[in-house]
Amino acid sequence: MTDYETIIGLEVHVELKTKSKIFCPSTTEFGGDPNTHVCPVCLGLPGVLPVLNKKVLEYAIRAALALNCEIAEYSKFDRKNYYYPDLPKNYQISQYDLPLARNGYLNIEVNGQTKRIGITRIHMEEDAGKLIHQGTIATSPYSLVDYNRTGVPLIEIVSEPDMRSPEEARAYLEKLKAIIQYTGVSDCKMEEGSLRCDANVSVRPRGSREFGTKTEIKNMNSFKALQRALAYEVERQIAVLQEGGRIVQETRTWDENKGITLPMRSKEEAHDYRYFPEPDLVPLVIDRQWVEEIRATLPELPDERRNRYIKHYDLPAYDATVLTATKEMADYFEECVALYPNAKAVSNWMMGDLSRLLNAHNMDITRCKVSPRQLTDMLKLMDRGTISGKIAKTVFEEMFATGKDPEQIVQEKGLVQITDEGAIAAVVEEVLAGNAKVVEDYLKGKDRAFGFLVGQVMKATRGKANPELVNRLLKEKLHSS
Amino acid sequence: MITIKDVEHVALLARLELSDEEKQMYTKQLNAILEYAQMLNELNTDDIPPTAHVLPLKNVWREDEVGEHLPPEEVLANAPEREGQFFKVPRIV
Ligand SMILES: [Zn+2]
Repeated sequence: MTDYETIIGLEVHVELKTKSKIFCPSTTEFGGDPNTHVCPVCLGLPGVLPVLNKKVLEYAIRAALALNCEIAEYSKFDRKNYYYPDLPKNYQISQYDLPLARNGYLNIEVNGQTKRIGITRIHMEEDAGKLIHQGTIATSPYSLVDYNRTGVPLIEIVSEPDMRSPEEARAYLEKLKAIIQYTGVSDCKMEEGSLRCDANVSVRPRGSREFGTKTEIKNMNSFKALQRALAYEVERQIAVLQEGGRIVQETRTWDENKGITLPMRSKEEAHDYRYFPEPDLVPLVIDRQWVEEIRATLPELPDERRNRYIKHYDLPAYDATVLTATKEMADYFEECVALYPNAKAVSNWMMGDLSRLLNAHNMDITRCKVSPRQLTDMLKLMDRGTISGKIAKTVFEEMFATGKDPEQIVQEKGLVQITDEGAIAAVVEEVLAGNAKVVEDYLKGKDRAFGFLVGQVMKATRGKANPELVNRLLKEKLHSS
Repeated sequence: MITIKDVEHVALLARLELSDEEKQMYTKQLNAILEYAQMLNELNTDDIPPTAHVLPLKNVWREDEVGEHLPPEEVLANAPEREGQFFKVPRIV
């Protein structure tokens, strides 16, 4: 059977966080009553003239620099013509042959290796409005149109076909999101649509130099959806080829519920956008000094921050990568280590219990009730021996649920660790007396029996006995009996 | 050379319904226009940089400030059909 290689390229749209739209002074605020965030320009009324929002250009340059792109000296806007009611003008103002930026890249980690993914180009364009349908798009007799989003600034980031698996595509998108978020030019919220991703996918027999026919996949609204959709599509294409079939070049939509991709009916007979230069906007000649000024204000980006964590905090590369994956996570970590110097302990809690609970509640860290001070106070309670590591887990869950201080939880729930040797010794005696058979097993050399006895002591003290004391006292008693 | 097929394609993209006579007429007219424009190709442009815009202007922009919005009644004043505050259009695709 032929071994196939997967080729993936991504086209990512990112909404820029400006106050006003790209070519008019209407607000970019999310939501609002239908058709209230509009003016004659974004409604495409006759006789109006678009004027570029300078902040859009600045933000786009900022993002492009963070993605290691070359900024064009000369750039212009073009009209992309298509008849679809999500844009009232029947064209979208975009950039065609002279995009703002080219030749960038970002690095992803694949199986512990760094892999560079090329970025072909970045251009600026206007977002389209929203169509609302009763029931499904297929059965609704008409469409309702809300133009509030029309004209919200977007950058489109086009990657090279450098990704070789759905996992790499996901890693690329996660890294792209992190970098853009670090630059502060977008929220990059996939669920609100401020980060959108389409994928071009093809497969070819391994070793072949030519690309196979590709399909374009749309409607993937989360990282997980992206990975699942791509995995499905790769399987589908390989199955078609193995049955002797051919891949049809087409656009397919991801059906999240069914877990499959389906062909979409095309908007236009053979995408014929008839691009031509936008006569209403004059060209951009981008000042090099301005570009350097913007470059100078770039914050520390995820890769630099990751390397600093490895060097400065002595963290394993894996920890450093996870902690810097989002700016919020990294900021939280740094607030913690400013209060408590054991970086690895902070990292363990953040990557362990904290991440687990955030995932379980589908939350990001900005909504976490546990402040860095509270987390580090809890770590200090452990260091002082007030609570054991096991009890800390209980305390942490309570902190996560209620936002209470760890000291208060320990007080209220009576979770202070028992470090009184006499008290523990008494429990140990009881446990040994009640489990004669297990004691016998242990003395015959069954090591597992010891763990059982430790468990019994912890159970009897509701987890509050100091584990080291329990271990030591148990051993002493067992060996003296 | 523009053929009747080109005219049909462009008409479809522009959502225009043309009769057979109109297709014939536009094929002829479009060819005449392009033929006239052919004159431009006679110019020697070897040393002329490509032009993206006819005006000698560059870098016209505005600051990022929110301005006035159009009141909903005016927004929808020219809408052939509406539903609440939405424009109502035939379903496409
Ligand atoms: Zn507007």
